[in-house]
Amino acid sequence: MSGELAIRLRGVVKRYGEITAVAGLDLDVPVGTCVGLLGPNGAGKSTTMRMLTAQSIADEGELEVLGFQLPRDSKQARAQCGVVPQLDNLDVSLTVEQNLLVFAHLYRIGRQDRHAAIERSLELANLVDRRETRVDKLSGGMRRRLLIARALVHQPRLVLMDEPTVGLDPQVRQQLWALIDRLRYEGTTILMSTHYIEEAQRLADTVLIMSHGEGVARGKPADLVLEHAGREVLEVYGPPKRLAEVESEASASGLKTRRTGTSVSILGLDGRNGFDFEGERRQANLEDVFVLLTGEEIG
Amino acid sequence: MATAARTAKIGRLERPALTGVLVREIVNFSSYWRAATFSSTVEPTIYLLAFGFGFGSLVSTINGYSYVEFVGTGTVATAVLFSSAFAAMFGTFVKYQFQRTYDAILAAPVDTEELVTAESIWIAVRAGVYGCVPMVVAIFFGLDPSWGMLTVPFIGFLTGLGWANFGIMTAGYAKAIENFNYIVSAVLTPLFLLAGTFFPLDGLPKWLQVLAELNPLHQCVELVRAAVLYGFEWNDLLRVGVLVVFALIMWRVAIHAMERKLID
Repeated sequence: MSGELAIRLRGVVKRYGEITAVAGLDLDVPVGTCVGLLGPNGAGKSTTMRMLTAQSIADEGELEVLGFQLPRDSKQARAQCGVVPQLDNLDVSLTVEQNLLVFAHLYRIGRQDRHAAIERSLELANLVDRRETRVDKLSGGMRRRLLIARALVHQPRLVLMDEPTVGLDPQVRQQLWALIDRLRYEGTTILMSTHYIEEAQRLADTVLIMSHGEGVARGKPADLVLEHAGREVLEVYGPPKRLAEVESEASASGLKTRRTGTSVSILGLDGRNGFDFEGERRQANLEDVFVLLTGEEIG
Repeated sequence: MATAARTAKIGRLERPALTGVLVREIVNFSSYWRAATFSSTVEPTIYLLAFGFGFGSLVSTINGYSYVEFVGTGTVATAVLFSSAFAAMFGTFVKYQFQRTYDAILAAPVDTEELVTAESIWIAVRAGVYGCVPMVVAIFFGLDPSWGMLTVPFIGFLTGLGWANFGIMTAGYAKAIENFNYIVSAVLTPLFLLAGTFFPLDGLPKWLQVLAELNPLHQCVELVRAAVLYGFEWNDLLRVGVLVVFALIMWRVAIHAMERKLID
C-alpha cells in the first residue's frame, strides 16, 4: 500500500466491443492535491471518470477510491465523493435551492445539518441571491456554478470534475477557476479531466496526459514542459512548403518539432543558435508537450 | 491508501437512498402537479361521460348494476394504467435520455435497484390516488358511496406498481421513444380493452376469458367492483396474488433493463 492516495488505478482496461476506450491505465491521486487528466477528445478521460463512480465497470485492473474497492464498495466511495458532470443534468424546473435540497437528501445529510449545508453551498458558488430562481432562468455560468455547488453540498473528501468549463466564455471560465482554486486551498482532493491546457496548467498540481486510453506522461506541469519541450521554443512561420522544409531540417539536427497550424514550433532550443530559421522565440508550454505526446492529428 | 472512513453499513435497498429519490420526485411534483392532475382527472371523466351516457342509453343494467356503476368502477383501472404505465414509460425515457437525471442520481450513493424501486413506488402512489378520480366522479352520477371504496387506493397502488415497473422496463429496453408505439398498440390497448372495463367479459369466447384472467388490469377492475359493488370474496385473494406476482416480476425485469441501460 502506498502513502495517502485518494484514487489508485492499476492496469485498468475498458472495452466497448472492438474499441478499447481505456487501455491499461495507472493513476494516482494523492490526498489533498489536484490532478488534471489531460487529453484530446476520445482519449478515455470521460470513461475513466465514469469508472470512478461505477457507472462504467472496468473489464480489467484494480480501482480504489478513498480506500474502497470498486466496483464492489463503490456506494461507500460515492457517499464521500462529489461529481461535477460534463453534461448539465440539473432539474431545470426546480429552483437553485430545491436542486441543492434534493442532493442534500441523496447524499444523506441529516435533517439538522441540511439547512447549513445548503447555505454553505450557495455561498461557495456565489448564488445566495439566486436561491429562488428556477434553473432554466439561470445563465450558463450560473448553471455551472450550481453544478459545482451541488457536488459540494455534503463536503466530499474527493471531487471528480469532468470537463468543468467546457463550452464557456473566458470570463465564466475564470470565475470557475477561482472557485476550484479555493477548493484546492481548502484541502479538497480534486481529479479534473479537461482538454483545455491552460486549465490544467493553472489548477493542477500534477497532470496525467492521456492518449488512446493510456497515460503517456505524468508529473508537474512545469517539469513535463522542461522534460519534453525544453525551455525555449522557436516558432517559424511561412507557407506550407517552407514549414515542411523547416521540419525536416530541424529533425536532421536532432530537434523535435510540432505544428501549430500556422507555424512550426522547434522545441528544446534552450539557447542554441546557429539556425538560419527566422522566427519568434518563446517559452515552451504545456501545449507543446500535449501536441508532441498526443499527436498532431486526431483520428 | 487513505483510510476508508466507514459510514453506516451500506447495503441494498437502503431507506436513505429510496428517500432521496422520492424527495426529488416530490419536489419536482410541486412544479408540475397542476398539469398532471388535470390530465389524470379530465381523461377518465371524459371516458365516463362518453361511455356512461353513450352506452348508458342503450344498456340499462349489467348483472343488475346500472351502467354508471359498472363503468365508474371499471375506469378506475383505466386511470391507474394511464397514470402508471404511460407516466413511467415517458418519464423514465426523458429522465434518462434528455435530462440525464439518472446519471446524476447514480453518481450519488444510490444504486439502480434503489432508483427503480423508488421511482416505481412514487408512480404507484400517484396511480393509487388518481385511480380514485373516476370513482369519485361517478358518485356525482349516481354511484353509491360505500366503505369498500377506501380500499380502492390500495388496489390502485398495487396495480400501479406492476404497470409502473412495466413502463420503466419498456423505457429501459427501448432504443428510441418512437418504439413505445409498438408497446402501446400491441400490448396496452388490447389489455385495456380486455379488462372488462366497458363491457362484461362473459360474452367473449372461452379462450379469451381465460386469457383475461391473466390480465392484471382485469384483476384490478374485478377487485374495484368487489370493493365498491359486490363485496369481497375469497377468490379475490387470488386476484390480489396475480397483481403481486405481476408487480414482482416487472420490478425485477425493470431493474435489469435499467442496469443494462445505465451502467456500461
